[in-house]
Amino acid sequence: MRKFIEKLVEGGLLISGSVSSLAILLIIIFLFKEAGGLFNSPAVEEGYVLALNKENPVKHLSPEKIMDIFDAEITNWEELGGPDEDILVFRFSDLTNYYTEEELGDEFQYVPDKISELVTKEPGIIAFFPQQYLAKDFQGNIISGDKITPADFFCGTEWYPTSTPAPIFGLVPLLLGTLLVSIGAIVIALPFGLAVAIYLAEIANIKTRGLLKPIIELLAGIPSVVYGFFGLVVIVPLIQKVMNLPVGETAFAGSIVLAIMALPTIITVAEDAMRNTPQAMKEASLALGATQWQTIYKVIIPYSISGITSAIVLGIGRAIGETMAVLMVTGNAAIIPTSFFEPVRTIPATIAAELGEAPAGGAHYEALFLLGAVLFIITLVLNFSVEYISSKRKM
Amino acid sequence: MTPIQHLGNVDRKKRTSQKVAFGTFTLLSYTVVAILFVILGFIIIKGAKAISWEFLTTAPEEGMTSGGIFPAIVGTLYLVIGSSLISFPIGIMSGIYMNEYATNGKVIRFVRIMTNNLSGVPSVVFGLFGMALFVNALGWGDSIIAGSFTLALMSLPLIIRTTEEALKSIDDSFRHGSLALGATKLQTIRRVVLPMAFPNIITGLILSIGRVSGETAPILFTVAAYFLPHLPKSIFDQCMALPYHLYVISTSGTDIEASRGTAYGTALVLIAIILVVNLLANALRNYFARFARW
Repeated sequence: MRKFIEKLVEGGLLISGSVSSLAILLIIIFLFKEAGGLFNSPAVEEGYVLALNKENPVKHLSPEKIMDIFDAEITNWEELGGPDEDILVFRFSDLTNYYTEEELGDEFQYVPDKISELVTKEPGIIAFFPQQYLAKDFQGNIISGDKITPADFFCGTEWYPTSTPAPIFGLVPLLLGTLLVSIGAIVIALPFGLAVAIYLAEIANIKTRGLLKPIIELLAGIPSVVYGFFGLVVIVPLIQKVMNLPVGETAFAGSIVLAIMALPTIITVAEDAMRNTPQAMKEASLALGATQWQTIYKVIIPYSISGITSAIVLGIGRAIGETMAVLMVTGNAAIIPTSFFEPVRTIPATIAAELGEAPAGGAHYEALFLLGAVLFIITLVLNFSVEYISSKRKM
Repeated sequence: MTPIQHLGNVDRKKRTSQKVAFGTFTLLSYTVVAILFVILGFIIIKGAKAISWEFLTTAPEEGMTSGGIFPAIVGTLYLVIGSSLISFPIGIMSGIYMNEYATNGKVIRFVRIMTNNLSGVPSVVFGLFGMALFVNALGWGDSIIAGSFTLALMSLPLIIRTTEEALKSIDDSFRHGSLALGATKLQTIRRVVLPMAFPNIITGLILSIGRVSGETAPILFTVAAYFLPHLPKSIFDQCMALPYHLYVISTSGTDIEASRGTAYGTALVLIAIILVVNLLANALRNYFARFARW
């Protein structure tokens, strides 16, 4: 009986031991399951049809082009490789401009025929209307059968998830925004982080160290939403005032807040690495007449360089995944960033800001999961590179 | 210049550059400390004005511009308890397995890499995952149980790692002694290893409570309610939570300017939780370190 219980408990331990691997597996499955649906979604809003005149040689339109047409940025088919014909944009609500209510029928029963007639009549038309009004013998060329392609997503330079008729999910501006903010953060954090690490590992006496360590730990413990709030009420207005900018919510503000948040990671990992330098090496250097500072930069830093690299990579990982603080201070403009002092939007901030409004199962929802998958892969790659760097050190 | 003088110059140069370098490092280090104190000081001073007994014990009023944050405090408490119930046993058991049972080097390495990966997963990805699995696939909806599971998963790596480290720091001679007296492996762990590792494990658990109570992104889509004047009645109800409440009233509330005071107060409560948690963890660590001389 007792043996049986022991086996049972050991079985429980074994299962618990596998739980983090299981969690990673589940995250991958669910993230990619939801995200994969994006490339099966129609490029045009679901339940709607986008149609052209049959004679029109244009057969495919990318979501960006569709948006440009409906925003009247493109007004002639020639720009899209078609004939020299003005584009006539037709939305369902425009129907009454062409037909009277009698012609459409009291229950809109003639609408499908009329739309078909209109599309046939107008050579330059692009018509956008609900699927239910698609005539059985529709005489136009339906182009809304296209699906969102991986190229649309991964090479797309615009992010307009709620634009009609065709939402645009382009990764590039969000990815660049994320990288800009994170790299900015690391550049700011690195001198401080390394200085504190060196100070703690080599300069400070035990008492100072005992005081500083809990402070660094506290810095790591402050919730990201509190950092975001502090950034919002202090750093953002300060940047706006000092730099004389129209808005203070910029990539720069995000980088400052992220730098503070990435500091504990950088400090702890780098300090651990420096402490691992064998005492004999330090003493040999000092015995040869090197000063403490020479020993630090000629012996300790070269010896612990892989640990310091790990610290930087982990810091970047922390910065890239950080959500709330960035969401609160970067202004969230989903455009390709051209300057450090403009609003940007990062991948995690986009997910946090938009998932609440995206209906489950829709293209927008799936696109946000795909963003999550991209983020997950980035952090996975960073983690594996840390693993690789530290495995090299052991050799 | 004689060789001796030359050496003296080199020496002086070396000393000056050391002084400059060390001075810079010390300065930068104290800047970091100053940053922390500025953040804490700012929130404590501004938040202290908002804090009162009413603030802590009543629900928000008038579009969350006045009144208190009681439902958010209770919600965060529920989430901390819920996620702890899940993550503590699993995390500790996982740590025990890793340090005491797993013998195959490859398995250990694999699990450790996976745990590290899990701790590197961004919090918002946990939110997405929790929404896909707990809220939608399992059909729990936005609920305390869905949020607790998501938060538990997120805090697992920290608990596993601290448990492992706590167990690792115990000398093998204790295990050997116990085994030599005829105890089974499990008895050894239960009666000898765990009691000795207990203080360090507890420290990890306390720190994980701090982390769970401050996280926003994982609960955004799994449990957090924008505004809920009454308290949740079952684990399948939504609830308010302090970090999400702070996010809402500082960015998208009905009147952001009017709710600033409440926002400072909420931030202070969050900071107070983190301070208490960290002080407690440190006190425990120091207290037990005094007795841990074997």
